[in-house]
Amino acid sequence: MRVALFVACFDDAMFPATGKAVTVLLERLGHEVAYPPGQTCCGQVHWTTGYHREAAALARAFTGAFEGCEVVVTPSASCAATVRGAYPRIARTARDPALARAAEGLAVYELTEFLVDVLGAADVGAYFPHRVTYHPTCQSARTLGVADRPLRLLRAVRGLDLVELPAAEECCGFGGAFAMKNADVSVAMVADKVRHIRDTGADVVCAADNSCLAHIGGALSRLRGGVRAVHLAEILAETGPS
Amino acid sequence: MTPSSPGRTPSSAGTGGDGTAGTDGRGTAGARGPGPPPRPKFAAAARAALTDTRQRRNLRGATAVARGRAAAATAEPADWEALREAGRAIRDETLLGLDTHLEGLERAVTAAGGTVHWAPDAAEARRIVTALVRATGAAEVLKAGSLAVREIGAGDALARAGITLRETALADLVVQLGEDEPSHLLSPAAHRDRAEIRELFLRKMPGAPPDLPDDPEALAAAARAHLRGRFLSARVAITGANFLVAETGTVVVLESEGNGRMCLTLPDTLITVAGIEKVVPTWADLEVFLQLLPRSSSGDRMTPYVSSWTGVTPGDGPAEFHLVLLDNGRTQALADEIGRAALRCVRCSACLNVCPVYERTGGRAYGPVYPGPIGAILTPQMRGVESAADASLPYASTLCGACADVCPVKIDIPGVLVHLRGKVVESRRRRPVPTPELLMMRGLAWTMGDPRRYETALRRGTRWVRLMSRGGRIRRLPGLLGTWTEARDLPLPPSESFRGWWRRRNA
Ligand code: SF4
Repeated sequence: MRVALFVACFDDAMFPATGKAVTVLLERLGHEVAYPPGQTCCGQVHWTTGYHREAAALARAFTGAFEGCEVVVTPSASCAATVRGAYPRIARTARDPALARAAEGLAVYELTEFLVDVLGAADVGAYFPHRVTYHPTCQSARTLGVADRPLRLLRAVRGLDLVELPAAEECCGFGGAFAMKNADVSVAMVADKVRHIRDTGADVVCAADNSCLAHIGGALSRLRGGVRAVHLAEILAETGPS
Repeated sequence: MTPSSPGRTPSSAGTGGDGTAGTDGRGTAGARGPGPPPRPKFAAAARAALTDTRQRRNLRGATAVARGRAAAATAEPADWEALREAGRAIRDETLLGLDTHLEGLERAVTAAGGTVHWAPDAAEARRIVTALVRATGAAEVLKAGSLAVREIGAGDALARAGITLRETALADLVVQLGEDEPSHLLSPAAHRDRAEIRELFLRKMPGAPPDLPDDPEALAAAARAHLRGRFLSARVAITGANFLVAETGTVVVLESEGNGRMCLTLPDTLITVAGIEKVVPTWADLEVFLQLLPRSSSGDRMTPYVSSWTGVTPGDGPAEFHLVLLDNGRTQALADEIGRAALRCVRCSACLNVCPVYERTGGRAYGPVYPGPIGAILTPQMRGVESAADASLPYASTLCGACADVCPVKIDIPGVLVHLRGKVVESRRRRPVPTPELLMMRGLAWTMGDPRRYETALRRGTRWVRLMSRGGRIRRLPGLLGTWTEARDLPLPPSESFRGWWRRRNA
């Protein structure tokens, strides 16, 4: 299958390893990866912060860049949720039926949904000999409803010791602009998240969204806790001795 | 569970007379007296709340218990999802024909010997209530917990008329005695623990036994003894309503202590203040909400006391009944296609109990009346988003969605929050001088709107940020981004972006 890859602007600039991992992984599974060069940003931050006119402009640019792609896959759960869940609303707010139609024509998947639902591959042949815990981000768990797909993928990784995260479903406190506008509450929330992560004894915490991971990882780094925050895609891309 | 738990009743939330004046949001803080001081923005109020570790511990405990009970109670009925859907549908249909249902309600109440008063705003409601109480000549009024009574600032208005408003719900009493602000819709004293309440009773409650133990039963008994005399001598009571049944003109109140019921039956004059959205067309509709509300709020299958009254009955109960129907910004919310969903709310407080932000800040950060996620969408709609405090409320959420998952009437709280954020931004756009945030967001959108501009900015930005890093991490960012690095590092952006790598690889 020819898969169009969407690498969120934040991932493009800050976490290029995630996009590379998705490319390597999908190619390993025998698919062709395309990277439509016109892509920039899905408009999530503008939409959720209330800049709805700007979000509409970015949504138009996004649908233009991915027009005609059979499937679009992204390692950013919140961007997938934006395109799928928010674009119809953005179009309605902007009174732009053409944008609504364009959004409807896009088949956008978050990586774990694509792997499990479309490719039917719970075992992607990865090897990652570490103790890992998984944080279901709010956008992946609640908005997209990816349910246990990430866990099924992680359980199939050889060498990986998956440990359960206490209060996993509780928000890490990132929330886009919230992390800045309500920094104190955001930090109080991530402090609890980090405490739960450390309680698991894991060396790695993973998730399907680098924005939350940057928040959690940033707090872990400040605490010098010795736990790494790694995108799930990077774990799935790792191979080792077979 | 803290002793405030007996107060976890859908009708016992809020206090009327605890000194927060003028909550009508129109700047009309009453005919006399100074207006309220400007409220702080959510972030500032939250910062203060976060430092109160005792309050945080108490709240965490209270919400965790409520959360667990509600989760168990809502998992029980096999048709829970169908009930939620029915609740949503009834609410939406009722709201769309609200004028008709309210007229029907008025006819029925009048036919049953009651009097209906219409209050377009809080100031008018205060005037109506004060005049009604004055006419009785009473110097004291009993109050059974009600958010609407609190919303209109009845306590202060009555105090200015020389009339004392007395709380009867235990949790409200705790808040009133402590000259405190309520922190939760259902358990206004959820931020206080037993030891604090015992201390407060000893200090402030005449006749409290000096050897009062701090167990919940003893505290509740002390409060009951304290209230008993008042119940027997009171001539006027003021209450809220959980529901107003239009077909018969009946007011329905749910509570768990029974103090409210005493207020309904013993006084001569009974005044009910209720928001116009409380109407349900028929008793059959009520059946749905009587299942949804208790399970979602206290985790009970049914609330211990469900009282209903219709007009007056000669020789039984109050001789006079007044229903004050309060708008106070509700029709304004009703006119908003997306925002009106907030008027479906049945005040169960389930959204508070699962909200990670509320759990850490408590209710006071949200302003004077409606706390938590529902307050964050209700208050800015009723009051508008012109003030900085009201405009900050739609941002008091990470949009995690836990609230929408539990709301018994399926309010898409995150969706409404985002919609209201749009309104905040639109109102800021009308300012002659653009805000720094608007400039930044516009600039960002302009840059991101074109791949070439984006790439140039990406290269420059990366170089600039790498210059500021130390030891492979970014520990301080300037300007609007500085709050990030107060407590969190950012990794160094790699010198090569993904698109750079892609181009090199496919060259
Ligand atoms: S918004 Fe929903 S969950 Fe929150 S108090 Fe209202 S009815 Fe309950």
